[in-house]
This record gives sequence, structure tokens and C-alpha cells, in this order.
Amino acid sequence: MSPVGENIPKILTIRGKSPEMQENALNNSDTILAKMPPLISVEELRVHYLSDKRSLKAVDGISFSLHEGKTLGLVGESGCGKSTTGKAVLQLEQPTGGKILFRGTDLALMSSKELFAFRRESQMIFQDPYASLNPRMTAGDIIAEPLDIHRLEKGSQRTTRIHELLQLVGLSPHLASRFPHEFSGGQRQRIGIARALAVRPRFIVCDEPISALDVSVQAQIINLLKSLQEEMGIAYLFITHDLRVVKYLSTEIAVMYLGHIVESAPTEELYKNPAHPYTQALLAAIPLPDPVQERKRNRIVLKDEVPSPYAPPPGCVFCTRCPFAQPICQTERPVMRQIASAHYAACHFA
Amino acid sequence: MDPDHFLPLCSRQPIVQDQVVAGSSYWKESLRRLRANRIALLGIGILIFLGLFALFGPMLSPYEHYEMHLPMKNSPPSSKFIFGTDELGRDMYTRTCHGARISLFVGITAAFLDLVIGVAVGAIAGCVGGKWDEAIMRTVDILYSIPHLLIVIMLMVVMGPGIFTIIIALTFTGWIGMARIVRGQILQLKQLDFVRAAEALGASRGRILLRHLIPNAMGPILATMTLTIPTAIFAEAFLSFLGLGVQAPATSWGSMASTGVYALRFYPWRLFIPATFISLTMLCFNLVGDGIRDAFDPRLRT
Amino acid sequence: MSNLLEVEDLHICFSVLGQEVHALRGINFTLRKGEILGIAGESGCGKSVAAKAIMRLLPAHSSSVSQGKIFYNGQNLLKLSEAEMRSVRGKEIAMIFQDPMTSLNPTKTIGAQVMEGYCLHRPEIKKQEAKHYAIELLRQVGIPQPEERFLAYPHLFSGGMRQRAMIALAIASEPKILLADEPTTALDVTIQAQILDLLRKIAQENGTSIILITHDLSVIANMCDRVAIMYAGKIVEEAPVDVLFKTPRHPYTQGLLHSIPRLDTPRDHPLVPIEGRPPNLTKTFSGCAFCPRCSSALRICTANDPPYISCDTEHHVACWREHPQNPHNQG
Repeated sequence: MSPVGENIPKILTIRGKSPEMQENALNNSDTILAKMPPLISVEELRVHYLSDKRSLKAVDGISFSLHEGKTLGLVGESGCGKSTTGKAVLQLEQPTGGKILFRGTDLALMSSKELFAFRRESQMIFQDPYASLNPRMTAGDIIAEPLDIHRLEKGSQRTTRIHELLQLVGLSPHLASRFPHEFSGGQRQRIGIARALAVRPRFIVCDEPISALDVSVQAQIINLLKSLQEEMGIAYLFITHDLRVVKYLSTEIAVMYLGHIVESAPTEELYKNPAHPYTQALLAAIPLPDPVQERKRNRIVLKDEVPSPYAPPPGCVFCTRCPFAQPICQTERPVMRQIASAHYAACHFA
Repeated sequence: MDPDHFLPLCSRQPIVQDQVVAGSSYWKESLRRLRANRIALLGIGILIFLGLFALFGPMLSPYEHYEMHLPMKNSPPSSKFIFGTDELGRDMYTRTCHGARISLFVGITAAFLDLVIGVAVGAIAGCVGGKWDEAIMRTVDILYSIPHLLIVIMLMVVMGPGIFTIIIALTFTGWIGMARIVRGQILQLKQLDFVRAAEALGASRGRILLRHLIPNAMGPILATMTLTIPTAIFAEAFLSFLGLGVQAPATSWGSMASTGVYALRFYPWRLFIPATFISLTMLCFNLVGDGIRDAFDPRLRT
Repeated sequence: MSNLLEVEDLHICFSVLGQEVHALRGINFTLRKGEILGIAGESGCGKSVAAKAIMRLLPAHSSSVSQGKIFYNGQNLLKLSEAEMRSVRGKEIAMIFQDPMTSLNPTKTIGAQVMEGYCLHRPEIKKQEAKHYAIELLRQVGIPQPEERFLAYPHLFSGGMRQRAMIALAIASEPKILLADEPTTALDVTIQAQILDLLRKIAQENGTSIILITHDLSVIANMCDRVAIMYAGKIVEEAPVDVLFKTPRHPYTQGLLHSIPRLDTPRDHPLVPIEGRPPNLTKTFSGCAFCPRCSSALRICTANDPPYISCDTEHHVACWREHPQNPHNQG
């Protein structure tokens, strides 16, 4: 399976070096060997659930890779399997098939010690700010829990680190003794982010981190995530249903439908030239905050609904709703074909 | 209007990102809610009084609980005997105090043991899940279906009557309710994101159980425990009433009621006094239990 | 253009755990015949409260209307008896809610629920006729195989289908006004497009006026003729939709438009959030509610609540900057 995006990763900001050296380093990034191995590499991942002898194919054979310091946006509507993918990558759900490689090592083959070390390098931010923090713990304890688990900073160093992390996410240190119910949704999400940053992870799975927040707060969190990535070089797997949001953070985007990736491309390319009919419909369905434009737009209103994941269509998973479906689409499942540079789509006619 | 009013606001506090709604820890908030519940406070007050009654009551009495005054047997409440005397001329007041000690001790100990065993079993079943969960719950179902009285009688035969036999008899199946509740709570809590977050951080199962799951299940646990106590007290009273409880000269409210029933026609105080104490205690524990549940789990209130 | 609904100076207070929450602090708006009015705002601004107040669905024991009138057909809805209100609710004014999972009765078939509302207001109608009408309604809202779906229970329906069923329920009695409280927030974007299309069709074909309540300004741009923006229990700006998006006057509206992620801007276009949080409505405060977060606040804003100023035909703003006596007002 071809990996998503073979872009040259932008080199991380080198801290502590003189401006001239940084300048040189940035200039050299283009000439540095292009293919740094990806941080995370997912190959033919499958997650199937068995219930009542029926098999729910939540994720049915997807492949992608995530490089250091970059963001892969995983987009799709409810039931497409994106959240399950995120959890599987962190081993919070057991994959049924396929491989997940972290720096080249297969996660399934890791010993419990190696897995424990993996948990230091990978973290998650959750959707619901009200359910993702233990209501019985103070903000400080929540943020410091990873330090306690991995036996890192202790004593006064621990307190310093808590204050540091709170400031990093834009909250003042005296709030460490407060409880989650005293904070607003946006503040709780910041605490969740601080917790994820405590162990200095290399990558973070962001599972719909802003969907449950108010509109004016969403921008605050997006900006925060962006600046943290620039400062610390963290890679994100950004999972969302909202194509409006994902582009601010992502360098590449993969669109999912019913457990499959139907299209993947660098961000600008996806918005400019969506190749797969589903991506096109998705983009057409999203309203713009501009009434004049809205009236002029081409509407592609898809018919019907997403088929049940218990019984996905045999050929292309999208054929039941595709405005361009042909007989071949119902029998033969399309493979990911290259459309343009780093742009792939799973469609017979793209 | 003064045009100066329309000048831009220059001195203004910087936008505070840090506004919080003042509150405090879960315990403090819950206790505050409990304190606001007058009925529960009344219940607590009466229970404290009963506790003092049990501990210090006999000191106020000139008599011992086994002291017999045969000429004065079956005498109604008077200035000499505040609660009257029983069929052997023993002072009812002192005996009621002693009965209180036994009844409360048995009730609270049994409830506490139920708590410990129930939480342990429920937590393991809920947390581990899978085949262990199945095995534990089926065992629970089997235990639950055995008639209570049968177990008590078996234990009496094996261990002989007495306080500890009763406690063990009550505990034998008393923990099942607590286990079920704890398991239910844990199964619910396991779904929540903060537990996943702990897993993602690399927390061990034990840590998740002790730091995340059980503390959040405390509300229903405390409420259940407070409601288990009256059940235990009544069960003890019932067993003693049947003659399976503490033996003479020690007494509990149940055994006092037992002998009091036969004398109901002529010496009603001998039944009414222990019965009133049993009822009052149970009522208070129920009120307090309700209050605790409402205080610790405000979502349950309409 | 006649006014179908007029809300005048509505103040609503809730009593929560001993504290008074001033959910609505004086709102005024009108709904004209045949138009789609949008009410937009973030959580806690009071938009849902306003809708429920019109339907008199607020919990009686914990909420109170301290002031204000709601005029429909010349009658003040707040003064009607419960029996009189029942003949208005569902028949003249209908409502659809956000969460299709919990808004339908799980123990009754879809068909029975659609018929229920209809038969309530037309007691003379025969069951067969009502059933026929209900099936037609289900077809009209785009539910496939309506004869079979008529007998199905809600849990067999997907979110989009349930929302359609709820719309069928609402329009069964051909109401003049449809209140849609975040009808597509819980739905996927492709389903949202279907539902919005359906609502537009209903407005056009049946002549129903719609009040669409949402936090999503893009949905407003897509659907509405006029829009009112709410903040902290008050309407801060009201205008025809083209005008509002082109020339927003209130700093909150401007802030919102700069902070929302949108499809049509490049990647590196900055998102400018509005710092801070909405005020705590349990406390009464003097001055403009938005002042602490406003980058263009004036001295008078801390002391006095701004009046509702007409800065253009049909464009009203509650902002001191627009006041005619403001010497810095660009007009």
C-alpha cells in the first residue's frame, strides 16, 4: 500500500542554537535526505467487532503514515471508523488485523515494557472535556499523573513542572488546586492538553478535540495546538468530522468512509481538487458563512444514508450513494490509485 | 450625553483566561449539600443520640441488665424503673441500652464487612470483566438463591449461637447487593474518557481501579452502606426474635421484642419499647442514607 | 409584510439550586410571514430558552417570565391558559428539537406518533384517513418506503431519518410557525445538507415561517433571510443575512466571524479567537455584557447597557459605538 504523502518533513526548530545555525539548518532541510522513516506507519489496519455472530467492520484495511512534526488529518462522518483508528494506533483497542509500526517496531510484538515506553511517546486528547478529566482529582494531579505513572519528576520538581505545563496551555499556575467542575469546557480541554504534554510525547492523537466546544473557544484551542506543534515538534493525528477545522492544522488529509480511506492528499490539494465523489460531496455539503456564495454554490446532496457497517456493500463502499456509480462499482472494490503527486483516491473513475 | 463617555476605554484589566466558578473538592461540596438537608441532619442527630444512649446509658442506671427484681416483675414504667421491668424483673431501660449496643454493633459490623467484601468482589468483576466477571456473577446468583434462614440455621449448628455467628450469617450473603452496585458503577465508569486517558498514559489496572474507578463510585457505595445497616439491624432483630440470636442474659432489641410479644395483652411496654427503638433506628439510617445519596450524587435528584 | 410573531422585551429568570439565573434579559424580535429567521449564538446565550418560552415549554416551577409579551395572531401567548395554549402548540406553532434520539418516544411506532399529533388537533378525523395522511407526510419528508416505515419503531431509524420523522410530526397539523432548535447539530454534515434542504422545501411549499436556532453561522448563511445574534441573554445584532455577513457592526459578531474556521480561506489564514468567556448570568452586572471581551470598548460601556440602535434600515445593533451621539461614529 502506498503511504500517504512522501513529503519531506520540515526540520524541527533547533532550540538553543544561534540564529545563523537555525537559518542554515532550515535551508538545508530540502537537501537533507528526503525519506526519514515515518514515526507511525499503519498497514492494512483492520478492527472488527463480533457481536451476535455478526461482524462489525469498524476499520477495514487502511494504511497511512505519520511523520515527525507533521499532522495527518483523518476526516469522516460518524461511523466511518476514524475514532476507532485513533484508539487502535494507541493500542486502546485491539486491532483484528494489519500492522502498526512505531519507529519501525510492530506494536503488537512489543513487550509490556516496550509498550509502557511507547505510552510515554504517544498521547491522546479526547473529545468530551467533561468526561476526560477525573472529577475527583485536582487539575494539578490530573496533569501530573503521567509523571507519577512513569516515575519522572517528583517533589518540588513535580510542582514546577505542573506550573510550567499550565502556563504552556495558557492557564495560570494557581489553578492547579482546582477541580474540573470549576472550569469551563475550553479550560478543561486545555488541562487535557497539558496532561498529554507532560511526558513530552512525540505524537498526540487528537480525537475531535474541539467539537464539543463553543465556536469562539474552538479558535483558541486550534491556535494553541498549532503553536505547541511549532514549538515542540509534536506530530498530530487529528481526527475530526469537520473539514473546516482540519485544514488549519494538517499537512495531509485522509478521508474515511465506512472503514476505508477513500482519498488522501496534501491539504491544499484536497480542497482544490477533490477527486473522490465522496470528498466532493462532503465539501459541497459544508455551508459557508457567506450567504452570497452559498446561493451560488453547486449543491451535491447525497441521497440515502450510510449503509450499515455490518453489511457494507461488496464493491466500492460508496456506490450506494455515489452520483456517478456504474455497474463495476458494485462488484469490484477500487484500490487507491495515484491521481497526482502525493494524491491518492480509491475510485474507478477518479 | 457627554461626548467624553464615548472615548475608548483605556484602563481595563487584561482579559482573564482564568475565571473559574469557585467550588471545592467533591467531599466538601457533598458535605455542604448534606448539611443543607434538614431531615438527614435530624436523622444523624437522633443516631448520635442513640449511640450515646448505647454507650453511656447504662451508667445512668442504678441497675445491671441482668439484675432481677422478681417481686417487681412486669411492672409498668414508673419513677423507679423508667421503662418498666420484664418477666424476670429486670430493668427495661438498662436492658434496652445493652440491646442497643448489641444491635448497633452487629448492624454496623455486618454492614462494614459487606462493604469490604462487596466492593472487592464488585470491583474485580467490573474491572477485569470477561470470564472472571461471568464466574463471579454466576456464583453470586447461586448464593443469592439459597434461602437465608437455611444458612443461618446451618451456621448456628456448626458454630453455636452468639454475636459472631450472627454477624457471619448476615455477612454471608449481605455483600451481594453492594457487589452488584459496585460492579454496575464500574462498568459505567469504565466507558468514560478519563479512564481511557489513564490507560493511554500507561496506568496499571490497579492504579485505574484505586485512583479512578472506586473514588468515583463512592457516592452509591456510601449510600448503599448506610442503607445496608438498617437491613442488618432488622435481620439481627428478626433472628433474635426467632430465638436464633444472642442468648440470655445478653440481650438485643430483637430478643426483647420476642419475649415482649407474648405479653402484649397485659404488659405492652415490653414490646413497644424495643420495637420503637428498632423502628426509630431503621428510620434514621434510611433518612441519612437517602440524604447521603442525594448529597453525593446530585444528578439523581429531580 | 405582516408580523406573524412579535416578542417584546422578554425577561426570563431561572431558579437553579437557590440561585437566580437571568437567562433572557430583554429581547425583542419579530417573525414575518413566509420568512426564515435565524437566531444564532453560543451555548448559554439564551436562544433555546427563547424558543421554549414561545411554546410555553419552560418548567413552571423553576422558571419565571418576569417581564415581556409574546404576540401571536394578536394574542399574548404568555397570558393564555394552558388549555388555550394547547390549541396553539403543535397546531399553529410547532417545534423540532436537537437530539432526535431522545425526542421520539421509543415505545411507540413512528406512524403512531405522527398520527397522534395530527389527531389531537382534528378530533373529527377518521383513523384510516389519518393513517393515509401520515404515510403521505412520511413520504413528503423523504422517508423511503413510508408504508413499511410507518410501523417501525424509532430505534430502527438512523439519526437523519429520525429527524425527518420529527419534522413530519411537526408539520402534520400544518403549523404557521416552525421552531427548529439546533435541528442539525447532532447530524453528519451530508445528512445536515439533506435536512436543511427539506426545511427549505417546507418553507417554500407550505408557506411555513421558520425560526432556526443554531450556533453555526454557516447554516444561518445557507438558510435564513434575517438573523439575530444573541449574547448573554440579549440580542446584540439583527439584520438581513447579506447585510450581517458583509457589514457586521457589533464587535461580538465581528469577532465571531473572524474566529470561525471556514472552508473558503487559505490554510495560513489566522483564526482570531475571542478571548475570555461569556459572563456568569447569576450575577447582575451593569454595562454591556460583552464589554470585558471587547477590544473596542468605550468608557460608557462599563456603566450602561447599550440601547438597541437602528444603524440602517432593518439593521439593529446593541452597541454604544453606533449611538447617534457618539462623535466618533462613522455613520
